[in-house]
Amino acid sequence: MPTDYAFPDSAAKTANAIEAPEFQTEKMSLSMGPSHPSTHGVLRLQLELDGEIVTGCDPVLGYLHRGDEKIAENMTYNQFVPYTDRLDYLAPLANNVAYACAVERLAKLEVPERCQAIRVICSEMARVSAHLLGLGAYGIDVGAWAIFLYTFTEREKLYKLFEELTGARFTTSYTRIGGVARDVPEGWVEKVDAFCDQFLPILENILNLLTRNKIFIDRTQGVGIISKADALAYGLTGPNLRGSGVPLDLRKDKPYSGYERYEFDVAIGAHGDCFDRYMVRGEEMRQSVRIIKQAIKSFPKGDWYAKDAVRIFAARKEKVLTSMEELINNFMITTEGPQMPAGEVYFEAEVPKGALGFFIVSKGGGVPYRMKIRSPSFCNLSILPKVCQGNLVSDVVSILGSLDFVMGECDR
Amino acid sequence: MSSLAAAPATDLLAVLQARFPAAVARPSGDHPAFNLPMAEVPAALRLFRDEHGYDLLIDVTAVDWDVEATPRFSVVWHLLSSTAHGYVRLVADCASDTEPTAPSVVSLWAGANWHERETFDLMGIRFTDHPDLRRILMWDGYPFHPLRKDFPLAGIETPLPDLEVAELTKVSVLPAPMMGGPFVASTGEMNLTDAEPRAKDESWNERNAKPAVL
Repeated sequence: MPTDYAFPDSAAKTANAIEAPEFQTEKMSLSMGPSHPSTHGVLRLQLELDGEIVTGCDPVLGYLHRGDEKIAENMTYNQFVPYTDRLDYLAPLANNVAYACAVERLAKLEVPERCQAIRVICSEMARVSAHLLGLGAYGIDVGAWAIFLYTFTEREKLYKLFEELTGARFTTSYTRIGGVARDVPEGWVEKVDAFCDQFLPILENILNLLTRNKIFIDRTQGVGIISKADALAYGLTGPNLRGSGVPLDLRKDKPYSGYERYEFDVAIGAHGDCFDRYMVRGEEMRQSVRIIKQAIKSFPKGDWYAKDAVRIFAARKEKVLTSMEELINNFMITTEGPQMPAGEVYFEAEVPKGALGFFIVSKGGGVPYRMKIRSPSFCNLSILPKVCQGNLVSDVVSILGSLDFVMGECDR
Repeated sequence: MSSLAAAPATDLLAVLQARFPAAVARPSGDHPAFNLPMAEVPAALRLFRDEHGYDLLIDVTAVDWDVEATPRFSVVWHLLSSTAHGYVRLVADCASDTEPTAPSVVSLWAGANWHERETFDLMGIRFTDHPDLRRILMWDGYPFHPLRKDFPLAGIETPLPDLEVAELTKVSVLPAPMMGGPFVASTGEMNLTDAEPRAKDESWNERNAKPAVL
């Protein structure tokens, strides 16, 4: 029997495995998940195996479906903010920002520069923390336990900072439509700066544990190759698309929240394999730190809340007990929701997993008529049947980890 | 790559109308948006993809305009150009209000597969020529399309997918979100105040040992 090296690619390997008459064996069906450590949540893969080679893969989703889009149609724009935490629950701050920006497009609101800078810092911190978790979990998937311990130590430092800023470690609900929930606490920005300074050398140490690690390279290089054409055809976004060599980054290409003010590079891969996707995420963390440092250096003074938003989204509470109009306004916003113009907007933000989009159809009033959430993990996973085929079962674990998905967002 | 990719809506409309006279501009808060007859959508999407650089199918979804509205369902496609970085939105109304259908574009973008399955699952739009039109978020055999406007937020009671389980437990699935929470009891089943979370038993602590028999 020819060795593995005799085949140019995994498809040829599969073809051989199927055709060789002496190895015409019975196909086996294997259900992987929904509770499986390497499916990172509740993804289930219905695999069809020929020996140890995957000949078919049917992902089964929906175990975490909560009907977020239906819920959104039944509550006001302000009330939906906490639900966005639960989409990609590893980067809630980034989701908060994406949702707030989408509704602000509909309301045609401009937020002040200070608010934009706060949002950029939050999003990038969320990106670092999400990638740290993704990296740590990926390390465990392919057998490198130590990485997890280092990345979680750093992630914990970030979560402490989140807690100080938002009052919550995990479900932050920090943005409001037209602003953020509160200004940054005194001395917080300096703490973030200090975190960045100590984080960069640690990040290098963490990445050095993997980048030239023979075992890690063997498990990832040349595995799960996604061509540029495939990546585009399946609508991949984020690090998975960039890992295949497409330089699409919405922060660069369609800047929002003032990203055009910061200098950063978009990392892209050359081969589109698991290793490239890992490298892209590593570089993204360095670039995120670069953005945070710039944002802190030029941190603007002023309002952290759009003046126009106070009237339509959230009344100031100071005068509620002394001014009749303020009380009425506060009551109306709380009960009926912010009064929005009718129209349709689609806004996408670059969150850690890719492009998170909100398509909002408004008929006016305080409740969206229809809100479609376009989640990057859903699209990124749709390529699984194609990319798993012809690989070994153990490579499926490697591929899943490299796609770095979150089921909360995928199933919504 | 055509220079028209990031062109303003008027230019794109002219391009579209040259090939599809029935296309009209659609009011939109942000990106260029067009209304098209349903049958022309795949050809129009191909035009955008092949000649104007809109190479990413970002999203396929549908809107239910109301139970009594006619046309009741519209299908919405969003495209993004990875080179010129512009979005475009195409909208087409479904001819039938009871059995809405739309043409599948899986042959143009493989990624349309899951989007169309989701739209079928939650909104009940049948995509003709879809290779594998199964439910994706709800389970196989689920009888409703939950994002339709006549589907209530509290859900509709449906039998458990596995009949053996239902036989054993003697209950069908109770709809979310009213039921199934840790502190929620059905009315009449028990005293509702007993179902509320209780403070922990404070008769024992670090200093006073836990009573032997509680």
